[in-house]
Amino acid sequence: MTITLNGDRYDIAEPLTVTALLKALSIDARRVAVEHNLTILKRTAFDETVVREGDSIEIVNFVGGG
Amino acid sequence: MVGNTVTSDLLVISGKTFQSRLIIGTGKYPSNAVMANAHEASGADMVTVAVRRVNISDRSKESLLDYIDASKMFVLPNTAGCYTADEAIRTARLGREAGLSNWVKLEVIGDEKTLFPDNEQLIEATRVLVNEGFVVLPYTTDDPVVCRKLEDAGAAAVMPLGAPIGSGLGIQNPNNIRIIREFSHVPVIVDAGVGTASDATFAMELGADAVLMNTAIAGAQDPVAMAEAMKLAVRAGRLAYRSGRIPRKLYATASSPVEGLVGR
Repeated sequence: MTITLNGDRYDIAEPLTVTALLKALSIDARRVAVEHNLTILKRTAFDETVVREGDSIEIVNFVGGG
Repeated sequence: MVGNTVTSDLLVISGKTFQSRLIIGTGKYPSNAVMANAHEASGADMVTVAVRRVNISDRSKESLLDYIDASKMFVLPNTAGCYTADEAIRTARLGREAGLSNWVKLEVIGDEKTLFPDNEQLIEATRVLVNEGFVVLPYTTDDPVVCRKLEDAGAAAVMPLGAPIGSGLGIQNPNNIRIIREFSHVPVIVDAGVGTASDATFAMELGADAVLMNTAIAGAQDPVAMAEAMKLAVRAGRLAYRSGRIPRKLYATASSPVEGLVGR
């Protein structure tokens, strides 16, 4: 099944939690913010939020800026 | 008095105290290591960061936060690159979740070439974010009326530009900065336009409560040395502002006694 991840198509084998998705992507959950279908998730919701077919996910972090 | 001033004259924004009146960016350094050294040399205790999509395909890049000592530095997310109030609000909310605070350096850009702010959108975004509990520090043009409107919208500080972002042109409209300081009941932070140390000093002499800069340090040939120069410049300007400068006069006044001259 396919989701939209940071604007690009991304394939997942089955529905999975945001925590599992971040782990699969080798992303430290403590350093990012995640938007699920345009709703910004609290970090405490990563474990219970399930990503399914067609969902849109944005994962952002801090980069250098002024 | 000045001796006391040095230790007691601290920058306070929305009830939070900062030791330094220099706020610096984290963009465009030659490397993260140079950035960390420059931060140390600057004495700053607040740094700005941008909020961007994580690079999914290449996870090899180091995390910026590995190079920021969060025990010393307050991390201020920005909304750089946003062109509408909605985009900026969304980015600010994401920054809040990615970080540890509800502070935001609010940017709503209105023009690609000058990166001048869209003040109408900026004021609207300020109002929305303040209502959501954010501490909003908006980047604005050096317009006293806009600054007053931002303050009325609940901004915790106003951040007029000295010159376009990254231009290094210095303070282009000193009189407006002075007027903004006079009008404002919140800290005035000159944000953008500084090219070298004297620009930062000048901003502080005009009465700015702090100066925010990125390119002037990150783009210098020796960013670490320039960071130290900026630390001293901001302090010098602040001290001079507080010391009460002499009035300007057209003609000379002798510094040495005019009586007792030999041979007269």
